[in-house]
Amino acid sequence: MKILVCITNVPDTTAKITFTDNNTKFNKAGISYIIGPYDDYALARAVELKESNGATVTVLNVGEADGDPQIRKALAIGADDAIRVNAEPTDSYFVAVQIAHIAKENGYDLILMGRESLDFNSGVVHGLVGEMLGIPSYSPVMKLDIDGTTAKLAREIDGGKEYLEAPLPLVLGCQEPIAEWKIPNMRGIMTARTKPLNVVEPVEVASMTNLESYSLPAPKGECKMIPAEEAESLITLLRKEARVL
Amino acid sequence: MSVLIFVEIDNGTIKKTSQEAIAYGAQVAQMLNASTTVLALGQADEAALATAGNFGATKVLHDANDKLTQENSLAYAHVLVQAAQQEGSKVIVLAKSGLGDAVAARAAAKLQASVVSNITDLPEISEGTFKVKRSIYTGKAFATVEVQSEIKVLAIRKNAIEPEPTDELATVEPFSPSLRDSDFVATITQVEKASSNLSLTDADIIVSGGRGMKGPENWGPLEELAKALGAATGCSKPVSDLDWRPHHEHIGQTGIKVAPNLYIACGISGAIQHLAGVNGSKYIVVINKDPEAPFFKAADYGIVGDIFEILPRLTKAVEASR
Ligand SMILES: Cc1cc2nc3c(=O)[nH]c(=O)nc-3n(C[C@H](O)[C@H](O)[C@H](O)COP(=O)(O)OP(=O)(O)OC[C@H]3O[C@@H](n4cnc5c(N)ncnc54)[C@H](O)[C@@H]3O)c2cc1C
Repeated sequence: MKILVCITNVPDTTAKITFTDNNTKFNKAGISYIIGPYDDYALARAVELKESNGATVTVLNVGEADGDPQIRKALAIGADDAIRVNAEPTDSYFVAVQIAHIAKENGYDLILMGRESLDFNSGVVHGLVGEMLGIPSYSPVMKLDIDGTTAKLAREIDGGKEYLEAPLPLVLGCQEPIAEWKIPNMRGIMTARTKPLNVVEPVEVASMTNLESYSLPAPKGECKMIPAEEAESLITLLRKEARVL
Repeated sequence: MSVLIFVEIDNGTIKKTSQEAIAYGAQVAQMLNASTTVLALGQADEAALATAGNFGATKVLHDANDKLTQENSLAYAHVLVQAAQQEGSKVIVLAKSGLGDAVAARAAAKLQASVVSNITDLPEISEGTFKVKRSIYTGKAFATVEVQSEIKVLAIRKNAIEPEPTDELATVEPFSPSLRDSDFVATITQVEKASSNLSLTDADIIVSGGRGMKGPENWGPLEELAKALGAATGCSKPVSDLDWRPHHEHIGQTGIKVAPNLYIACGISGAIQHLAGVNGSKYIVVINKDPEAPFFKAADYGIVGDIFEILPRLTKAVEASR
């Protein structure tokens, strides 16, 4: 079985978001980057499947060279090799075309990624890639087992879970508790240095969207504190002042 | 030309988030001098579908084929594209959700259209440019994006628009697109749905509990307040990690993002990852025994106190004020 895991390189979850250049550029100063937390779940499950079912795991990142540490970390966690498409990931469609192109060239049984990226939160790349390859896509997947050429999975739906079985190949957007995040061990870190990381140039895509500017939300006003003895007055305030009851 | 809105059906009626999508689509249609068409799939009550008119739609295309009643993003996208072609639609609107995202993505790839998700406001349309504002970095920022492709698929976030329903009704027309076997290769073996059918993404009020609730056996008072308020219940990540509550209640950066009118946080400290899932809420109430809990900085109303003492009193106050 050949598994492709697509990872994003994103600001860590506690990052304070600011912009520069007249609000047209993300301010990278002081930001530490991580593998997207959802992608990390996908990667962890792929490595488990490699051990239980036998598989090769390739990691793919569409991004610039500053993402290489995250790719090396994925290799240290247990992926066999990596591909980086050397381009700024400008929008979902662009990224999906790159992933679909690599997938067509190499052929994978399973393409895993996070349910959404932590920076743009669109949650559409798995669907786009699935359609571009003409294969099914499901998300958010929270349980995944492979039995021969059939995937057995559980997907979160509004207010519950749906269990389904579908033939490979598939594209899946993943989330917890599909697997526990893995921390690379010393041996993994050593071997990751010599695993192949192939840098390829992007295929051309007609531009679909153009980022005009960024903005930050208006700061929140003061919090009105209600003494515990008068907790009941909260209900009156919600009714009369906020008018949400 | 028609703006096309894909709606989600729950128990035979149009979901609330989809009603907002209709209202949004109708406003865009007005700007573009276009008509407003809704696409509804699977078993649904015709009278309920006609209420799409309340939100500004003139026509509902309805394929009542029972094969489409079970959620199926592959088949839905295939049908949506046929509807868009029939109606000559250049703008397609959906409510952001797991299903909405999947249908939007697959339809966009078929139509070679752009797909923009998490839209928070009506577009700015002028002289051939079409700009939308979307939420990014899990609500920590916004991006204004010019959508350049001819066909645009827009997934809107809850509260992107406040619908003002009228008494108008839409005409419901039968629609019989082709279906493909390849969209039905998956076998659904089991569906588990929570007994309360109030969904977090649809709810106007959410009462949410954190590790301060101390254990799953203590959720009674929280559920009682939720019931009195007609609210859905949510939780923080550790709570679902510990299996105190089901996973689909997990709210935050790595869980469900919610945008209710009122979010009541009980015994949740307000970690940045939790806040990222609730910062679209109109009003936030925080109840925490620690006056230094970071959540108070993001709150509109706060009570410093013991949740187990305060929750029952709030429930009584809600019941008394009816
Ligand atoms: C990559 C990553 C992603 C994450 N994603 C999420 C996410 O999506 N959602 C999420 O929620 N978290 C997420 N987290 C975890 C997050 O950092 C916090 O650990 C978590 O939100 C804390 O949950 P909590 O507030 O319930 O628990 P705690 O931080 O333990 O807070 C419990 C609170 O309860 C209060 N309390 C205790 N007893 C009482 C009482 N009797 N009465 C009143 N108050 C009381 C305490 O004062 C305290 O403030 C993520 C973390 C990481 C690293």
